[in-house]
Amino acid sequence: MSVGTAVIRKDARAKVTGKARYTDDQSMAGMLVARYVRSPVAHGLVREIDTSAALALPGVEAVFTYEHVPTTLFATAGHPYSLDPDHRDVADRLLLTGHVRYQGDEVAIVVARDELTAKRAAALVRVEYDELPVCTTPEAALAHGAPAIHEGGNILERTELTFGPPVAEAMEAADLQLDGHYNTPVVLHCHLENHTAFAYMDDNDHIVIVSSTQIPHICRRIVGQALDMEWSRIRVIKPHIGGGFGNKQDVVLEPMVAFLTLQLGGVPVRITLDREECLVATRTRHSQQVTVRAGLKRDGTITGIEMDITSNTGAYASHGHSIPMAAGSKFRHLYPRTAIRFTATTHYANIPAAGAMRAYGSPQLFFGLECLLDDAARSLGVDPVELRLHNVARAGEITTPDGGTRYAVAIARCLEQGRDAIGWQRKKKELQNQDGPVRRGLGVAAFSYGSGTYPACVEIAGCRLVLNQDGSVHMQIGATEIGQGSDTALAQMAARTLGIDYDRIHVVSQQDTDVTPFDTGAYASRQTYVAAPAVHEAAERLRQKILAACSGLTGTPARELELAEGRIIRAGEPAEEIMSLGELALSEYYHKERGGQLVAEVSAKTVTNAPSFGCTFVDLAVDIELCQVTIHKIINVHDAGRIIHPLSAAGQVHGGMAMAIGMALFEELLIDPAGGRICNGNLLDYKVPTCTDIPELDCAFVEEPDPTSPYGNKSLGEPPIISPAPAIRNGILDATGVAINELPMTPKLLFREFRKAGLLPG
Amino acid sequence: MQQLPITLRINGRAYSMDVDVRTSLLELLRGLGFTSVKEGCGVGECGACTVLVDGVAVDSCLYLAVWADKRAIRTVEGECADGRLSPVQEAYIEEGAVQCGFCTPGLVMTTTSFLEQRENTPLTREEIARGHAGNLCRCTGYQTIIRAVQRAADKQRRSGRR
Ligand code: FES
Ligand code: FES
Repeated sequence: MSVGTAVIRKDARAKVTGKARYTDDQSMAGMLVARYVRSPVAHGLVREIDTSAALALPGVEAVFTYEHVPTTLFATAGHPYSLDPDHRDVADRLLLTGHVRYQGDEVAIVVARDELTAKRAAALVRVEYDELPVCTTPEAALAHGAPAIHEGGNILERTELTFGPPVAEAMEAADLQLDGHYNTPVVLHCHLENHTAFAYMDDNDHIVIVSSTQIPHICRRIVGQALDMEWSRIRVIKPHIGGGFGNKQDVVLEPMVAFLTLQLGGVPVRITLDREECLVATRTRHSQQVTVRAGLKRDGTITGIEMDITSNTGAYASHGHSIPMAAGSKFRHLYPRTAIRFTATTHYANIPAAGAMRAYGSPQLFFGLECLLDDAARSLGVDPVELRLHNVARAGEITTPDGGTRYAVAIARCLEQGRDAIGWQRKKKELQNQDGPVRRGLGVAAFSYGSGTYPACVEIAGCRLVLNQDGSVHMQIGATEIGQGSDTALAQMAARTLGIDYDRIHVVSQQDTDVTPFDTGAYASRQTYVAAPAVHEAAERLRQKILAACSGLTGTPARELELAEGRIIRAGEPAEEIMSLGELALSEYYHKERGGQLVAEVSAKTVTNAPSFGCTFVDLAVDIELCQVTIHKIINVHDAGRIIHPLSAAGQVHGGMAMAIGMALFEELLIDPAGGRICNGNLLDYKVPTCTDIPELDCAFVEEPDPTSPYGNKSLGEPPIISPAPAIRNGILDATGVAINELPMTPKLLFREFRKAGLLPG
Repeated sequence: MQQLPITLRINGRAYSMDVDVRTSLLELLRGLGFTSVKEGCGVGECGACTVLVDGVAVDSCLYLAVWADKRAIRTVEGECADGRLSPVQEAYIEEGAVQCGFCTPGLVMTTTSFLEQRENTPLTREEIARGHAGNLCRCTGYQTIIRAVQRAADKQRRSGRR
């Protein structure tokens, strides 16, 4: 049975042999390359721009400045279109700008015959700026009289959500009220493949864009909007992609390459960002200030949570307006019996634009929440695992919006399993009364997340299955493979429902919006959940067509027929083989009078959103004198429903955990608050963890099939990044008694905090 | 710009050509169609462009094409002979060490040279980690990569190959 087993990934062989073609591995004769002219100042207005020297350079084809681009503002966030005008993304971008809002903003672009010439020409564009005051922090951007970064001021969005009974009353009923203030830094995605795209015009004068994108169909629409063209005249092709993590759930280069080819008569034009540009001039993770107040009873019952977040979206909105709303509505499932009031303010600032990044605001939110709960457990003298077990969601407690179906909930079992795996009770006893320079500690944190965006956005997926002459099946899906393994998981599902071998399903991995069934793409940890119904229904329909065709051919009633391992059999003891799928297919294709190509295509909307859960347990040591943290053991336990592909599932968990460890201990984009200068926008100075920085990573799954998915699965791609950082912080607290309320917890920060706490001499 | 003649072997085949002295080995190889060689940074930070030069793993973005004169280059395209994957390639697949795959060709070459230099020596996690610290991977957390290296080492030991 293909579902639940670690079959060989569809793309594995192509990737280890170097055959997998990514965007940059494709070229066309006569392709030109373009390079942006970027602002060295973080906030200002272009006073004068002189492109003559650049244009005079041999090999330069064109230079465009902000004065040459369309004046329609467009939104870049990779969300589905919304029928509700109030729910559309914030349109605050032009292709190029004369009002630069961060160091790296785009004022002009040169197009040349080769990269070196493009680089030299870009350097020859002379730009003079009238500098404006720079605001990089919330304090500065929200201050009275702060310079407006966008027309309409620096506040992008205010968010307010409440769940359960009034929080004020819940707080009254508490025995203990506690609050904490937590800061998270700007973190970068650092996918290994930089942003890259090229475009040309075909013989129908349609614009064809080949791009490293997570969202081909959304990209088509946004390019259409940005260039004021009919959406059908844009075609987006997505080849293999070298990671995205949300940074390619945004339209970054595509409108520009489309604009350039349109201006240049349809010749192919490519933009490939270099690493330094990709780090600062695409999107980042929002830096947030999280204030949490919780009320608890003596027995550990959390009566109420009040949370207020200040989210710095940087120079442009991107996803900024929706991130607190998304994270705020997903965390309530973890503690559903608690009254919650959530507020957030999202503001602009003169730093790189923040957008979507793995788990979309939840890592920041849960860092605040799960740290505060450990502080509360200490104050109450309650074991932190017990505290969570006491409050987390129970089976049957969370239902579909219509109340008709109960989602699977297994977070309590995750906590119990993690506690046993780490040896919590035994070690807790052993670790009492440590006073040496190196101290051990245990930490825990939990999370909840969604399996898509419904009801905030439409959830739609498409699948087309075609029976080939040889009895194999081609599968076209709108869901995009971005390394997470979705092609494989969806092929496993189709194989299972159809009744043929996984190896006989050929996935058309590349999306092409002219032919690929509609799906909005890879984000919100949605794809296997949202595409499953479409795949299931398409496979079921194709199976029925196959059996009906065989019945027509042989006279055996279809209800007596079954499809198993690629053969059509008559059920019974013993089962009788009627024909192979290949034989049937040949007849259907080539019989002169009857039959036809057997195809099933389904477009399905999902109107449920299964909550998924999990937790991290960590056993670590803190060397107080060296201010260094060593992780001895770390494990994530997930309630992600039925696991479709155990090896890929573990891979998602490992990857998320490693990113979270980076966020917890090493990673931060440093920006000088005085002038907005970016200090470490390269991979030497921005500390992405290497092999030597990441410890052995453990994971486990509590498999409770979710009734809302035909295969029982829930989200898993994004969630693993949520809980490790607070678990590590709580482990440091356990080891040293010092609460670190800021990330990343570098030696420098620990030194400051240990001194403050008197662990190190002042 | 000045051109220099070079002759080199790439995956066992001989090539002779004139190259612009500014060209990196990365550019040369990609231009010849060896697109497994990826550019993740162009300045020696990420290891995505790793190839073997006379058996030694180098960042081809930092290596001038003219330096490759009279040398033997190996890329991941050449590791699969007659449709048979190398033990390292197999191990990467079997352990699930391939996700987006952008780091994979570079890592496979790093592992290949790492194991060739340490034939039959037992490997600790620390040694493997140090030997692969020049290759960034953002997808796997390195867990399955380390397992793949261990598995490839076991395979090589068992088969006595190399
Ligand atoms: S491209 Fe050569 S090290 Fe990154
Ligand atoms: S598999 Fe994506 S960077 Fe390694």
